[in-house]
Formats: sequence, C-alpha cells, structure tokens
Amino acid sequence: MAAIYKRELKSCFLSMTGPVFVAFLIAFTGIYFMAYNMTAGYPYFSYTLSGSLIVFLVGIPLITMRSFSEERKNKTDQMLLTAPVSLGKIVMGKYLAMVTVIAIPNVVFCVFPLIIKSQGTAYLAVDYISIGVFFLLGCVYAVIGMFISSLTESQIIAYISTFGILLVLYLWDGILALLPSSSISGLVGVIILLAVVSFYIWHMTGNAVLSGGIALVGAIAGIVTYIVKPEVYENLLSRFLGKLALANVFTDITSNSIVDMTGIALYLSIIAVFVFLTVQTIQKRRWS
Amino acid sequence: MIEVKNLVKKYGNHLAVDHLDFNIEAGHVYGFLGPNGAGKSTTMNIMTGYLGATEGEVLIDGHDILKEPEEAKKHIGYLPEQPPLYMDMTVREYLEFAAELKGIKKGKRQEAITEVEKLVKIKDVEHRLIKNLSKGYRQRVGLAQAVLGFPEIIILDEPTVGLDPKQIIEIRELIRNLSKKHTVILSSHILAEVREVCDYILIISKGKLVASDTPENLERTLGTHAAVEIEAKASRSEVRDILKNIPGIEKIEIQEEEDGTVKAGIRVKKGEDIRESVFQAFASAGTPLLTLKTSGTSLEDVFMELTQKDTVPEIFGKQTVWEEIVPEDKPDTQEGEEEEKDGGDL
Repeated sequence: MAAIYKRELKSCFLSMTGPVFVAFLIAFTGIYFMAYNMTAGYPYFSYTLSGSLIVFLVGIPLITMRSFSEERKNKTDQMLLTAPVSLGKIVMGKYLAMVTVIAIPNVVFCVFPLIIKSQGTAYLAVDYISIGVFFLLGCVYAVIGMFISSLTESQIIAYISTFGILLVLYLWDGILALLPSSSISGLVGVIILLAVVSFYIWHMTGNAVLSGGIALVGAIAGIVTYIVKPEVYENLLSRFLGKLALANVFTDITSNSIVDMTGIALYLSIIAVFVFLTVQTIQKRRWS
Repeated sequence: MIEVKNLVKKYGNHLAVDHLDFNIEAGHVYGFLGPNGAGKSTTMNIMTGYLGATEGEVLIDGHDILKEPEEAKKHIGYLPEQPPLYMDMTVREYLEFAAELKGIKKGKRQEAITEVEKLVKIKDVEHRLIKNLSKGYRQRVGLAQAVLGFPEIIILDEPTVGLDPKQIIEIRELIRNLSKKHTVILSSHILAEVREVCDYILIISKGKLVASDTPENLERTLGTHAAVEIEAKASRSEVRDILKNIPGIEKIEIQEEEDGTVKAGIRVKKGEDIRESVFQAFASAGTPLLTLKTSGTSLEDVFMELTQKDTVPEIFGKQTVWEEIVPEDKPDTQEGEEEEKDGGDL
C-alpha cells in the first residue's frame, strides 16, 4: 500500500494537477480572506471558506480523474493487479494519496485564523472545525471522483461526470424545492429509487431472480404501507433526498456555527461505501 | 508447480479459453504457441490473477490464484503483452516502485534492482524517463520488472515483439539463463523462437490445448510422413513414369523448372526409405538424377496442421491418410509455410 501511495502522490505532483489544485485553492481563498476578513473586518474565517467551496467542484475532479482511468488505459493496472497486494490496499493507497493532496491547502488554511487573531478577536473553535469539515467534505468529493474514474478509461469523461455530479450535489437544495410533497409522489419516488437499486444489483451480480425479487418485495411493501398509512410518504422525498445535500453539513457550521455530528457520520459512511464500490467495480471487470 | 484445471473463459458468447488442462513442472521453459487470437494472452492473464476465469481453477504452488491471491502472486513475475510502464517515472524509480510493490525488503531493494538492471542491460539508461526510451528498451524494463526479486515462475507474453535481431538473441539468451533456476513460461507465435528456447511446447488453437510435448517429440509423433526431394534432368511426365513403379510412395508433387530440370517432392510412408530404389529407377531409365535428399516433418508442418483445421484433430495415435494423387500444376506447398517463419528466422 505504501508503494502505491508514494507513487501516486509523486505522479500527482509531477503531472501538475496537484500543484495547480493546491495553488488555485489557496489563491482563491486568499482573495476572499483579503476581501472579507482583512478589508471588511469580518472575524470568521469559516465564512471565507464557504466561498472556496466552488473551487472544490472544479479542482477535486482534476485530482481524481486519473486515478483508475489512466491505469486502465495504459494497462499498468495489469502490474498492480498481478502484484501480491490486495485490491483493497491498491484502492486505499490511491485514495490516501488524493486525501493527502487535499490536506495540503487545508493545513495552510490553519494559519489564516491566527492572522485574524493577531488583529483582534477570532473564533478559533468554529474556524478550525470548519476547516476540518471542509477537508472531510473534500474527501467525500474525492471518493466519488475516484469511483467514477474506476468506471471509465477516459480521464475527460471521468472529469466531466465527476464535476457534473458534484455540481448537482452542490445545487441540491434548489433542486429539492422543485419536488412535489404529496404522499402519492412520495410513493412514486420510492419505487423509482427501488428500480435503480435493483438494476444496479442486477448489473453487478447478473442475478435476475435476486434483483427482481428485491424490486418486487420492495414495491409490494411500499404499496401496502401507502394503503395503510399514507402520511408516511408526505415530504418523504425531500426529507430523504435532502441528506444528499452534502455541503449543508459544512454550511451549517460556516453560517450558523452549528456542528451536526450525524452529518459527519454521513460523510464517513459515504467514504466507506464508495471505497467499497470502487473495489467492487474493479473486481467486476476482471470477471466480465 | 502450476496446475491449470478445466479452465474456461467466456467473453459474452465468445469462448476465449475452452476447457484448458495442463501442469507446469519446475525448472523448464514452456512455450505457449498458437496463432493470433488463440487464447494465449487470456490464459496467461488468468494464470497471473489479472482476469477471473468463468470456470476452472489455477493453482500456483498449491495456492489457488483466486482464493489466496496474495500468496499465489508472490511466486510469479509477469510481463504482459504491453509492458505496464509508468511513462512519467525514470527506470530506476519505476523498478524501485516495482520492488516495493512485490514486497522486497528495504535493505535488499537496491541490490536486487541493480542486479536485474545488469541482467537485462539497462543500467546505462536507469536515470532516463521511460517515455523517452525506445520500444526495445521499454520491453527490457518490463522484463526487468517481471524478473525482479527472482520469483520462481516467470511468465512472459510475447517477450521479443518489437525488438531488433540483436536484442532478440540477447533476450533468448537471458531466458535460457533464467531457466537454470526458474520456471519460465513464454508465449509466442514465432515457431523458430519457441523451438530454440523452450524445452516443452503447448500448442493452443481456438482456446483449446491441441498438443503438448517436447519439440522433438512433437516432430516425431505428429510427423505423419517422411519426404524425399529430388531434382532430375527430365520432363514432368518422364519423372512421373519413373516414380510410378516404386512402392511406398504416398504423394508426389512435381514442379518444372525453366532450365529444363524437374523438382519433385515425394511423400513416403513413415519408416520407409526409398532413396535407393529411386536412384536405381532413375539409373535404369538413363535419366540423370541431380539431387536426392530426405527431409522430415518440421515443427512448422505440425503447427500448421494442428492450428489450421476447423475441428481439432485427435493427435495422438491418429494418422492422417494422404490421398494418392499427383497434382498437375500445383505450386510448391512449402511456400505458404515459409510465411509463418518470417520474422522468426533472424
């Protein structure tokens, strides 16, 4: 794992994507810092950081796009997969290298609240927690990017799809407002989600009985629940899908100084799920 | 050392590997021989754990490549068809990465890398970026990566493709040296190479194993005939008349030359020697015989026969029956077979 981690980190800095990401993020944040904290005198660095979130959307796909698609295109994955290293370690090695790149600007950010403090009052606890959550949100974005990179051979496709998905997640609140709130639409939404999940299971396992069974049982259970207790479905879609507005955990801290621990647990579980899915995607390709 | 049991690989409906079964013993050089698309690379990819098999299993030193992958992969060094190189690294950096990936202990890494660099003669390019190297050098770096740490089994997929004649000779020399301590499996579609380097040949056609033996045994057991070649100063019909009465001839191919001589290839039943009676026949007819020589079945003949048929023949114990015909204007059959040798005979 250490070998892959080191190689990946080195190649990220040799190929310019790493330095460009780090420099861009720090420069952008620096400009906001000058405007909000220095010139306007607002004492919260966390607010400045929330402005930098948009740089993540552009920058993180840059780091993640190459991770697996390039290996597959150059056939260097043959070397990794025939080496005495488990697939989980290969994925983790690569992921940790990306996380390290994301950590670099965040370490630099830790200096900014101290600058504010030297000029007067600073709210260090909120600022440092927000930097930590900002970093964690970056890790979540990176794991999504890594998963998409493992699906394709083309870096460009990996970049654009990752950027698209991160953008949708970023704008999620606005999209949710368009969703209907009646209970029948809740039921329809649940059935659509169920269909997507069972299609994915069928795609991964090729087992039509299993995936069809899940879809059928789920649909029957959903309809029965609707008949017995329709109020369960009211606002279900916005409540459930609202969790996908990942950045909310971060913006709660930056705008309201509220730390949502369940949100942080959600970040960590998303990371675990996508690392698992990446391993499964690569595993699946060996069998098809 | 390696046991391959009932291996099947399907890509959709296409059967790439069709119930392969063989054992690899320690200390030999094995050659996978087959035309393009026969399933050589797929088999090697499955043996090294890169691909999963649809059915069947591969045991490396008793470890199943799918159930105990890490244990099994420790015994293998693999050079795929396209060397897996990171273009943005120097040769030395790349080999250091490979050494760490293979779990070579830190104290021994530098020594091990220097040793393989000398072995494949890339010491003088070790500080150059791989993307700036020529194809031949890249192939050697790939080979160095496979040999690194001296695993017991070294699997090479077409190791001499893209090399110049001198490099090919060097690589063959290297493979022969490696075989003293290691088991080497290489694939090739070049017959000359396989015959020269390997002491055991596995011929694969359409995903099936059609023959496996030493090159000598293949030539002997699969050779269905012996042949005599003659050159005489006579017309086509005269030669045919003279040869007609000699017993033991299965097939004659006659070709008229421009200088008034005739060349004939005579296919004879196995074990018969007709040279004396041919000489006597020509002598009594008063026709000058310019050349008379025997030629056995070559590996080319065996290969062509095994891989060009639509159905896989039952090789052992079955003799092909030649039709007793004397073709009129058929060109020399050797021509088609010469093509297959191109590129190999350097």
